[in-house]
Amino acid sequence: MLFIIMKNILYIGRHPEILETVVRLINNNEDWFGAGAETDETAMELFQSINFHIVLLGCGIEPESEEKLRTFFATTNPNCRIVQHYGGGSGLLKNEILSALENHNMV
Amino acid sequence: MDRKNFIKKGLMGTGMFITSAAIGDVMKNDIDEIKELEPLGFNHLPNPESFVMENTVLHKSATRGHANHGWLDSHHTFSFANYHNPDRMHFGVLRVLNDDRVDAGMGFGKHPHDNMEIISIPLEGDLEHQDSMGNVAVIKKGDIQAMSAGTGIYHSEFNKNKDKLTKFLQIWVYPNKKNVTPRYDQISLDENERHNKLQQILSPNADDAGVWIHQDAWFHLGKFDKGFATEYKLKKQGNGIYAFVIKGDFNIGTIALNERDGLGIWDTKAIAIEALSENAEILLMEVPMAL
Repeated sequence: MLFIIMKNILYIGRHPEILETVVRLINNNEDWFGAGAETDETAMELFQSINFHIVLLGCGIEPESEEKLRTFFATTNPNCRIVQHYGGGSGLLKNEILSALENHNMV
Repeated sequence: MDRKNFIKKGLMGTGMFITSAAIGDVMKNDIDEIKELEPLGFNHLPNPESFVMENTVLHKSATRGHANHGWLDSHHTFSFANYHNPDRMHFGVLRVLNDDRVDAGMGFGKHPHDNMEIISIPLEGDLEHQDSMGNVAVIKKGDIQAMSAGTGIYHSEFNKNKDKLTKFLQIWVYPNKKNVTPRYDQISLDENERHNKLQQILSPNADDAGVWIHQDAWFHLGKFDKGFATEYKLKKQGNGIYAFVIKGDFNIGTIALNERDGLGIWDTKAIAIEALSENAEILLMEVPMAL
């Protein structure tokens, strides 16, 4: 019997419409579960509630916030991949996620 | 209850999602961004046909990713959308080189972008652009458009003509600075300035020829008579250069290129270019090899 393990993906970005779009695109894939957060606080709360495999850092995150988030994620779950998301939509999203999963041999 | 809904329901019960979070498909977006395209065509699996030599990589035209969606026929030099090839992810900061054909009156609806320098070069027909910064413009053959997506924009691109198709190259370059203020630029170029010459169409400098972007990149176009030969000297140490043949046949150094072939070269100060056919057209993209 083959079991497919759902991959949990957290997207963080300051642009609310892009956030909603990216989360919805992630959830279009039946093997991926996507959640989104616009603020650092929500992102950290979510991260403690769900075992995320990948965090995508989206647009508008200030350098200080990025450093704080990266440190928090790496400390809380060192196995989680933190990826800078570029492009803001469907163009690179799937490739970024697949590359992160491949690099962790999680495909 | 499937796992997605189970997690969603559990989290909603905690009150974790108030106004600043979206989860699953609870929050529907009314914006008509590009509908996710179904996997189509071929080359969706890694292929071994990238000829990598000491300091060059050759991408033959037929080995590109291909997706034909009817109204949109697209060839991807690098992985894009549903085309995923770990061997074809980027050349330095050059991330996307799409060779698109859009049917009459058709196009890409309103969709988002962020943190990317996006360059469009029409090869045939007219492309109508509208964006969330209030720009409404038509770009046609001879024009070049550059857009810094930065902190986020929405735009649409449609074939303006109801009776003929449009063809254009869309190129994405990673920016050298994240979260810049979005900007749009478009210029018309004198195509005579590229006859047996390399015409600069893009640079990092606002006061230099062509459009400018947030990256130490320089793009040139050339349209050469058969037998015409020239040299391109790279402008910045450490940069590489990616040559894409728009039309005809070329030699770059000792490597023969045909229409829509791409050749990336790094660790070099200059390249020699020779046209092997009449009215041969080439696009040269000098880019940093690392972010």
